[in-house]
Amino acid sequence: MPAERIRDLQSEKLTSQVRHVYDHVPYYRSLMDQKGVRPEDIRGIKDIGKLPFLSKEDLRETYPYGMLAVPLSDCVRIQSTSGTTGKRVIAYYTQHDVDLWEECCARAIVAAGGSREDVVQVCYGYGLFTGGPGLNGGSHKVGSLTLPMSSGNTDRQIQFMMDLKATILCCTPSYASYIGESLKESGYKPEDNFLKAGIFGAEPWTEEMRRDIERLLGIKAYDIYGLTETSGPGVAFECAAQNGMHINEDHFYAEIIDPATGEPLPDGEKGELVFTSLDKEAFPLLRYRTRDICVLTREKCSCGRTHVRMSKPMGRSDDMMIIRGVNVFPSQIEAVLLKEGYAPNYLIEVDRVNNSDTLDVYVELLPEQFTDTVGGITAMEKKLAGAIRTMLGIGPIVHLVAPKSIKRSEGKAVRVIDKRKLHD
Amino acid sequence: MAIKQLTVFVENSRGRLAEITGLLAAHDINMRALSIADTQDYGILRLIVNDTEKAMRVLREKDMLVQITDIVGLKVPDRPGGLSGALTVLDQAEINLEYLYAFFTNVDDSAVVALRVEDNAAAEKVLRDAGYSMI
Ligand SMILES: [Zn+2]
Repeated sequence: MPAERIRDLQSEKLTSQVRHVYDHVPYYRSLMDQKGVRPEDIRGIKDIGKLPFLSKEDLRETYPYGMLAVPLSDCVRIQSTSGTTGKRVIAYYTQHDVDLWEECCARAIVAAGGSREDVVQVCYGYGLFTGGPGLNGGSHKVGSLTLPMSSGNTDRQIQFMMDLKATILCCTPSYASYIGESLKESGYKPEDNFLKAGIFGAEPWTEEMRRDIERLLGIKAYDIYGLTETSGPGVAFECAAQNGMHINEDHFYAEIIDPATGEPLPDGEKGELVFTSLDKEAFPLLRYRTRDICVLTREKCSCGRTHVRMSKPMGRSDDMMIIRGVNVFPSQIEAVLLKEGYAPNYLIEVDRVNNSDTLDVYVELLPEQFTDTVGGITAMEKKLAGAIRTMLGIGPIVHLVAPKSIKRSEGKAVRVIDKRKLHD
Repeated sequence: MAIKQLTVFVENSRGRLAEITGLLAAHDINMRALSIADTQDYGILRLIVNDTEKAMRVLREKDMLVQITDIVGLKVPDRPGGLSGALTVLDQAEINLEYLYAFFTNVDDSAVVALRVEDNAAAEKVLRDAGYSMI
């Protein structure tokens, strides 16, 4: 579909969606009323910036049914987040919503080369988690033979994979690595399995992991993105170009905003990803702040799809620091560490000295990196500081420290200490 | 023959050095030479002990960053200019000296100095050719 036609379609859908939400979700109606926005003020995508944002807090506030936009009797399914970061978010679906979601997942499978000739092994968890049900439904829509394995029981996964000649694997990237390692330990070579592609998501993963998985399993590995709040996986998916994920923007309109001010940012700029469900019925979130930091591009894709592409999330907006006027995410520093051969054990300390922000990065040395001269360590610190400066645009002071010397609280490391707050 | 030196990364936290020497003593490990290079953030402790492998194991069990470095153990003749003569030999051979430090005890009435150079074999050769001996 040409870009212009997509925008017309989005405008049409948005206009009626805003009316639908305003009429049926009192919570959002009051947010619009507070902002002084009437449904008739929204005549198309160009007006979307007038609408109030929704955040995870709003969803917790309205748990469980406060965002319901149709009678509960019209709903056929719920899914839920894990609730690891607080109260669970419950998403509800009409049959139309389930179909729409599964259609999005079907596109992801087709983009990974899937057809009715394929055998799709789904080892995402089934149940409240959206991973299993989403890819399962997508695989049905494509007409592939679906193996509803759910997660775990790796021996059985491998047995079915080999015996039933699975061609497409769907799971988390870490589980894909694990399966790959287990295959190797069982004496299988990458060419022994029948897999040609994998669709991996639901957790952050790096290009390095992608290469490892591709090598281990002898496949092409595709990224997939989604949130329970928007439907589940399939909101965006990678094509054969493996260069950003195409957003299903006929159903989900994406914006990038400055997380600090809420102002929309142009394509190509890094900011918080915001989604509007254009045609979901039961749980239609408008301008939902995902807290994922990424970049959108509308540049032509070699696969021929015209849908906008999003980068892999580069961090969480909650983690953003503003240092010397520059937006900095711990994940950017972490990426440099990995690239320079360090372990991702680090601490970022931000402070203010003489009205100027300071950035100190403490990084644990790996045993094999240790050298017996001060000059050698100083040179490593300078090199790493230079690489971080290139990435961020601002220079840190790097301190290499002993392994396991950075404190971990309850197993999870504290990444950032912002001492500037002490002075305010 | 090169001597094995233990190189330990030491955080500049109080008591760390005492902890290390105490740990070695508790395991009956004898220190024969020691030096520390200090910076604002950390120190690099260099140790020569009677049982290098055991000392490394003991320190690594405590999650310390330890490495074994080959160094040259040079016997310095007991006369004025003994050391400076040896350093001149290295200098003329264009062998870079990273650091040096002395052993606690004498061997055969000579003082012993630990030398860390870029190329141990080359250093030993030029020193030997100039009449020096190693332990
Ligand atoms: Zn594409």
